[in-house]
Amino acid sequence: MTKQEIRSVLMEIVAQIIPDEDLTNLKGDIPIREQVELDSMDFLDIIMELRKRYGIEVPEDDYKQLATIDSSVAYLEPRMRKL
Amino acid sequence: MDYDVLIIGAGMSGLAAGIRLAYYDKKVCIIEKHYRVGGLNSFYNLGGHEFDVGLHAMTNYVPKGVKLTPLPKLLRQLKLKREDFALCPQRMSAIKFPGKTLRFDNNLDFFVQEVIDNFPAQADNFQTLLKTVFGYDELNLYTNPISAREVVGSIISDPLLVDMVFCPLMFYGNAQEHDMEFGQFVIMFKGIYGEGFARPQAGVRQILDVLVRKYRGCGGELRTRCSVTSIQAANGRVESIVLENGEVLTADKILSSAGYVETMRLLSDYDPTGIEDKAGQLSMVEFITVLDKQPAEMGHETTIIFYNNSDRFDYRKPDDLVNVSSGVICCPNNFQYENSLPEGMIRITNLANFDLWNRLNEEEYKAQKAARLEASLNEVVKLIPDFRDSIVFTDVFTPKTIRRFTGHINGAVYGTPNKTKMGTTRLENLFICGTDQGFLGIVGAMLSGISMANLHILQKV
Repeated sequence: MTKQEIRSVLMEIVAQIIPDEDLTNLKGDIPIREQVELDSMDFLDIIMELRKRYGIEVPEDDYKQLATIDSSVAYLEPRMRKL
Repeated sequence: MDYDVLIIGAGMSGLAAGIRLAYYDKKVCIIEKHYRVGGLNSFYNLGGHEFDVGLHAMTNYVPKGVKLTPLPKLLRQLKLKREDFALCPQRMSAIKFPGKTLRFDNNLDFFVQEVIDNFPAQADNFQTLLKTVFGYDELNLYTNPISAREVVGSIISDPLLVDMVFCPLMFYGNAQEHDMEFGQFVIMFKGIYGEGFARPQAGVRQILDVLVRKYRGCGGELRTRCSVTSIQAANGRVESIVLENGEVLTADKILSSAGYVETMRLLSDYDPTGIEDKAGQLSMVEFITVLDKQPAEMGHETTIIFYNNSDRFDYRKPDDLVNVSSGVICCPNNFQYENSLPEGMIRITNLANFDLWNRLNEEEYKAQKAARLEASLNEVVKLIPDFRDSIVFTDVFTPKTIRRFTGHINGAVYGTPNKTKMGTTRLENLFICGTDQGFLGIVGAMLSGISMANLHILQKV
């Protein structure tokens, strides 16, 4: 997957987890949780959805690297490159 | 291993945990002793009438668009839509004590105004209480328990107001006599006064049907009429689970909603020291009456009344079979439905003593059910229009009924007062969810299942 594809997958996952939030102006470089109402339980679901869909395991220590869309793409790119 | 996770009990918490785990591809099986799911919150048919048990109303109701409160959190976590539960908000509820009535609906400002009008000297103190409650992080699993009586008593100086505020919160989810853990108080305060009551037109059936359908849709397995006789433990781990039919099941992790002491009792190496005395003591009776008309036709339009007719509100195990001097009067008809329910119904809940009920022989048991129903009705008609001539059918459930359907020792409705917030036990792969984990109410129970599934299973790689 390209970075662009990973980004759109992430956006789709976030939209699925918080269907009642407007994501049109979501900025890639600001923590997602500062822009929309997404609590720690919802955040866990981003990780879970990545595991469910692509078999990617994100250890708890790495959760903070998924704070923004940009940092998530950077973190996931080496792990999703071959998908 | 037969399963990734085995869940004991298909009540609200077990089903919610099951949905989370099955949705995220865990191989899950829920084991339920009874043929019907729900545990404390279930339903039955008798004499051609449909009854709910447990649930009077769902707490934590918020209108569409409100976010980050427990109900929308729960819906997100269970991948359900708001419409799935088909919740209809209440009309109006009330707390009635001698000489004072505080009404509340699903709008906190209205309740605050009621408090100010009835207790003008406490207006500022009540605002302080609200700040304390809404500033408290009750879902934090790492806080130490503190006494709600102490916290609230240090803010509100009128003991009558203190008791009135506590009354609904205790009846709807407190396992402790007289006092309440402050975190629990906050959960119930927000769920009842801050958010509010609602009920699906079809009652608890609606909620359970949705949960079971979702769980099965995610690939979860549900075994009913299947009871666990022992949990085989060795080297600090659960090795297997033995069922009543002799079958042995293995799983990586076990999540039990059977109650803390109740679960410990199933262990093959059970040591009762320091555990048995943790069992809860508070039980209740419920008197259910079916009426030949809608209660509103008799002038009874209130949804739920929490009452106390004596000098002091005494939330403890009574010395008699039942304490009718305080209780809850729920009218399932008085929610804002699109169509009214087919039958009028009034349900009365009172505190009861398990040991005394358990001691009665069959004949006495039957006679006492009838006698206590009459006593409770006599008390209740002091507060609402006399509906006794309209009763066409009655049923009574006692602490013994609660024990039969929940397995709770002493028929303790809300389990042990010593909650296990983290859900851990001395066995590394056995966890507790539900009532004894400590998030109470229907929404709380489901959130408990969700939190424990997240914390101990999904978050672990």
